[in-house]
Amino acid sequence: MTTSTQERKAGRRVLLVATRKGAWIFHDEGAGQGWRADGPHFLGHVISHLVLDPRDRRTLLAAARTGHLGPTIFRSTDWGRRWHEAERPPAFRQEEGGRTVDHVFWLTPAHPAEADVWYAGTSPQGLFRSEDGGRRWAPFSSINDDPDFRRWMGTVQDGTPDGPKLHSIVVDPRDPRRLYVAMSGGGVHESRDGGASFSPLLDGLDVVEGFDRSDPTFHDPHCIRLCPTNPDRLYQQNHCGIYRLDRPSSRWQRIGKSMPVEVGDVGFPMVVHPRDDRTAWVFPMDASSVWPRTSPDGRPAVYRTRDAGDCWQRLDHGLPAAQAWWTVKRQAMAADDREPVGLVFGTTSGELWESGDEGESWRCLARHLPEVYAVEFGWREAGAD
Amino acid sequence: MRVLIPSALRSYTGERSWVDADGETLAEMLADLDRSYPGIRFRMVDEQHRIRRHIRIFCAGRQLPAIDASLGGADEVLIVQALSGG
Repeated sequence: MTTSTQERKAGRRVLLVATRKGAWIFHDEGAGQGWRADGPHFLGHVISHLVLDPRDRRTLLAAARTGHLGPTIFRSTDWGRRWHEAERPPAFRQEEGGRTVDHVFWLTPAHPAEADVWYAGTSPQGLFRSEDGGRRWAPFSSINDDPDFRRWMGTVQDGTPDGPKLHSIVVDPRDPRRLYVAMSGGGVHESRDGGASFSPLLDGLDVVEGFDRSDPTFHDPHCIRLCPTNPDRLYQQNHCGIYRLDRPSSRWQRIGKSMPVEVGDVGFPMVVHPRDDRTAWVFPMDASSVWPRTSPDGRPAVYRTRDAGDCWQRLDHGLPAAQAWWTVKRQAMAADDREPVGLVFGTTSGELWESGDEGESWRCLARHLPEVYAVEFGWREAGAD
Repeated sequence: MRVLIPSALRSYTGERSWVDADGETLAEMLADLDRSYPGIRFRMVDEQHRIRRHIRIFCAGRQLPAIDASLGGADEVLIVQALSGG
C-alpha cells in the first residue's frame, strides 16, 4: 500500500518525459486511474532533460534544440501551457577558436536554500549556472576554461556518440558548497568551495585496458547518484563497472563484480532509493565486442541491490522475455519517494515502463513515443492548475 | 529590407514569414532582428559569432559565409534551414 496521507499532503505525482522529438508530462490521476498524458510539447525539438523545481513545485525547465537551430532552455510555471525561452541561454565565453554549446544536456536545481539557482551541464562539456530560475545563464566555475579540464575533456571525437557531456551535477543536501560533476569523458570531480574549484575524484575507478587510470581524460562516468538520506554515500554507473563511494573516503569500490558474468556491470542509468542507502537499481546493457548497447541477449532487466552492492537481484517480471533489443539512456530511469518506491524507465524504442513495487514487477505505461532521453518524477501541488 | 524567416524560427515572429530589419552587414541586420524578436539570433549564430551549421543565409543570390558579410544595400535577405539539419 502506498502512503496515502503523505501523498495527499504532497499533491499529485507527475512524470516528466524528454525525448528526441519532444516532451510529455504524464499526470498521475490517483486512485488507481493511471496516467494522463499531456503532450507533445515542443514537437520535433530534441529535449534532453525536463525537470520540475522541487522547491516551488511549479517551475519546469526544458533543455531544447532542433536539428537546425542552436540550443536553448524553455521555462514554464503553468505546467506547459506557456513556455518562455531563456533570455540568455548557456553559452561559452567568446574567444578566438572558442567552443560552442551544441546542446544543454543536464539540469539540476541547486540547494533548497538557494531558491531560483539552477545548474546546467552541456555538450561539449561545460558547467553553467542561473540565479534567476533559468532565465539567464552564465558560465560557472573555472571548469569551462581551465587548461587541465579542457585537456581532460578531450575532443568531440573522444566523446559519446551524441557528443561529450557534462552531467550528473549533484548538490550535497547538507552543504550547497559541496558539488559533484561528471564528464564523459573527463571523470568525476568534487568541489568543496561552491564551485570555485573542482578536484578529480577517481581513485579506485577502472579505465579501458592499457590507459593511465590517474589521467581523468580516460575516465567515463555514465551516471552519479547521491543517497538522499546518507549524502556521504554515492553510487556510480561507469563505462567500466558499477561503483560505490563512502565519504570521507575518496576511493570508489567496484560493486558490480557481483553481477552475473553473462550480464556484466556496464550500463548507463543508476537510481538510488530515497530512504535506504543500501538499495539501488541499474539497467545493464550489452557492452561486449562492438558495444551493441542493447539489453543483454535481448532480455531486458533491471538489477537491484539491497545490500549496497554485495548482491544483485534480477527484476524482469512483466518485461519482455526475449527479442527486446532496446536499452535505457543515463537520464532515462527514475525513482519517486513513495512507499514502496515507484520506478520508471524509458527506452530507446520509445516505451515507458513503470513499477509500483520497487522493481518486483513492471508494466508498460506508454508505447510508440520517440526515443526517450530522460525521465524525472515530481510532485505537483494539490489543487494546482 | 525584407527578411525571409524559416519555419523553424517563426515562433519568434508571430508566425510571420517575412519581417523587416535594417543593417549594412549581416551582423547589423541580425542584431536588429534580435531587438525585434529577442532570442532569435542565438538560434542562428553561436557564441563565437559563427553561423550555425544547418542555417544558410542568402542575399542577392549568393550565400553569405559569415556574419561580417556586407549586405550591399540589398532589399531582401533569405534565411533558410539547410536540408542537412532536417
